Amino acid sequence: MINTSRFTRHVSRKSGMIHYWRDYQKEIAEDEFFYVRSCIRQNFFPGAENLFIDILRNKLGKKVFEDADHTTCTGIGYHSDIVPIETTMTVIARQFALMKERGYRNLVISCVTSFGLYSEILDLWKHDPALKTKIEGYLSEATGRSFDEPANMVHASDILYKFRYEIAEQAVNRLVNNETGLPLRVVDHIGCHYAKTFPERGIGGSEFPQVLTGLIKAWGGETVDYPERRHCCGFGFRQYILQSSRGYSISHSRTKLESMMPYEPDLIVANCPGCAMFLDRWQYTLEETDGSVYGPGRTKIPVVTHEELAGLVLGYDPWEIGLQTHQVPVEGLLDKIGIRYDPEKKYADRQGKLIGDTVAVTAIV
Amino acid sequence: MESVSQQIKSDPRYPEACQSCMNCGVCTAICPAAGYYSYDPRMIMNLVTEGDNAMLTEIMSEDVIWYCGQCMSCKPRCPRGNIPGVVIQILRMVSQRNGLFVRSAMGREQLAVKRSIGHNILETGYCIHPTRVNPAMHPEQGPVWAWMSDNADEVYGRFDSNYNREGPGNMRKINRKSLDELDRIFEVTGCKKLWDTIESESEKRIDGRFTKYD
Repeated sequence: MINTSRFTRHVSRKSGMIHYWRDYQKEIAEDEFFYVRSCIRQNFFPGAENLFIDILRNKLGKKVFEDADHTTCTGIGYHSDIVPIETTMTVIARQFALMKERGYRNLVISCVTSFGLYSEILDLWKHDPALKTKIEGYLSEATGRSFDEPANMVHASDILYKFRYEIAEQAVNRLVNNETGLPLRVVDHIGCHYAKTFPERGIGGSEFPQVLTGLIKAWGGETVDYPERRHCCGFGFRQYILQSSRGYSISHSRTKLESMMPYEPDLIVANCPGCAMFLDRWQYTLEETDGSVYGPGRTKIPVVTHEELAGLVLGYDPWEIGLQTHQVPVEGLLDKIGIRYDPEKKYADRQGKLIGDTVAVTAIV
Repeated sequence: MESVSQQIKSDPRYPEACQSCMNCGVCTAICPAAGYYSYDPRMIMNLVTEGDNAMLTEIMSEDVIWYCGQCMSCKPRCPRGNIPGVVIQILRMVSQRNGLFVRSAMGREQLAVKRSIGHNILETGYCIHPTRVNPAMHPEQGPVWAWMSDNADEVYGRFDSNYNREGPGNMRKINRKSLDELDRIFEVTGCKKLWDTIESESEKRIDGRFTKYD
C-alpha cells in the first residue's frame, strides 16, 4: 500500500526527511532472542557468530537461545533456483516451529539472505493466507510440527544498532586513528537483501540505511559516502557458484572498490556474510590478477563484519574472534586503532601450537 | 497441460512480483546484471506481461533468463512495486519444470548447481560446508581459505569445540533427525520431483536428443 500522505502533504525538505525517516523505523525486541545461524558466516567467519552470542549474553545481559535442530534456510539453493518456494517456505516454517517449541517469539537472523527470505515469506502469507495454510499442511505432513509467526523478527545487525550506545559505554577501543586522533573512515556495505527486498524492514530503508552507519558513528568513526555505495557486492548466487560466470561477481566488487578508492577508507564493514567474504577475497584476486590494490598507500582495505567491529570496540582479542580467517590482513587496522595483538598466535591453536605446516602459513603472509 | 504463460501466472509469487508494469525501464537502469551481460529486465517484464507463449518458450530456452544475480536492486526502485528479480525466478522454475533449461548453455548448468548446493543441503544441512569448498576449484578464495580448508578440524575447533559434532555451535553436525525432516520436506513439497526433472532432462540433452529449437 502506497503511503499517499507523503505526496499530498506540503513539507519542507528537512521535515520531509524526518517524515521519511519515521517510515523506516522498526521495532526491535529488548530481550529473549531465538538465534538462527548463517551457512556462509559459519563457513568463512567461524568466530563471528559465537562472538555475537557472547556480546549479547555477557556484555549486554540478554537471553539468547541457539537451537541445535535448526538447519539452513535453503537460501542459496532458492536464489540459484534449485529449490522451489514451497520447499523454502516449509523449511523456514520448521525453524518457526522450533522457536515455538522452545517458548521464544523474538527471532534474530544471522544471514542477510535468510533475513530477506523470511521477510518475503511472511509478506506472501500476509497477502495470501491460503498459501500459509498450504505450508502448514506440508510441515505437518513432513514433520508433525506446527508453528507460529515470530512476534518480532530482526537481523543480528539490528540488535547491535539498538544497543550501540550501551556497547559504546563499555568500549575499550574507539574507531579513531591512534596517531592522528581523527575518526577512522569507514565504508558501510549493507547486504542487498537486508533492505532492498523490503525497505520497511530495514532501519532507514534501502536508500538511506542507518544500521551500520549508526554503529560507526556511535563508536567514534565516520562513514564514507561514495558513488557506488549501494551497488551489490556481486555474489549473484549461481553467478559465483559456477566457475563459468564467476567474472560477474568479481567485476561488481571491483566496481565498488574502484569507486571507494579515492576516499581512502580505513576499513569496510558489512552486515551480510557473503558481502564481507567477497569484498575481502576479491581484493586478493584482483591484486593477483593485475596488481590492483584499493586502500591508501597501496594497501588492501580490511573488511570486517558487524559482530567483529563490535568485538574490536569491546576489546576482544582479534585472534580469538577469528580475524585471521580474513584474506586481507587486519594488522594495519589494529595498529591504527592501537589494539595490541600477538603475531605468534595468529595461526595458532588455543594452546599456541601452529595450525598447519609452516610453508602453508608462510604462503599466507 | 497448462500453457507456460498460465504456469508463470499461477506461481504464488506472481501477484506481488508482476502487478502492472508500465515499462519505464528503471529496473534495467539499476540492474547490475544489465551492466555485465547484454540483459534487459524491462524486456523480460514486457514479454511476461504480454503472455505470448511462443515468445516465453523462446526466452526460457535461452541464456538470458540466467543472467540475473538475484540482488533485487530492482525492487525498491520500481515505481509500481514490481519485482523483476522474482519474475526471473518464476521463469527459471517454469523453464526447468518444462525441460527448456537444457536448451541453453547457462540453463544446463543447473545440473551442477543441483548436484553441489542441492546435495550439500540434504547431506549436511548447510548450503555450503568447509569440506565442500575445494580450494583447487576456488583459487580466488586465496591461501587463507586453503589453510582453513586443509586444517578444518583445528581451525574451526579453535573457535567452537563443537565443530562437526552434534549439539549447538558453529558448523555443528546437523543431527540425523533434522536431516531426515529436511529430506521429507523436500519430498512433500516437490523439490525432489524438480531434481528428478533436472537430472532426467539433462540426461536427454547428453544423449543428443535435443537441438536448440526442436
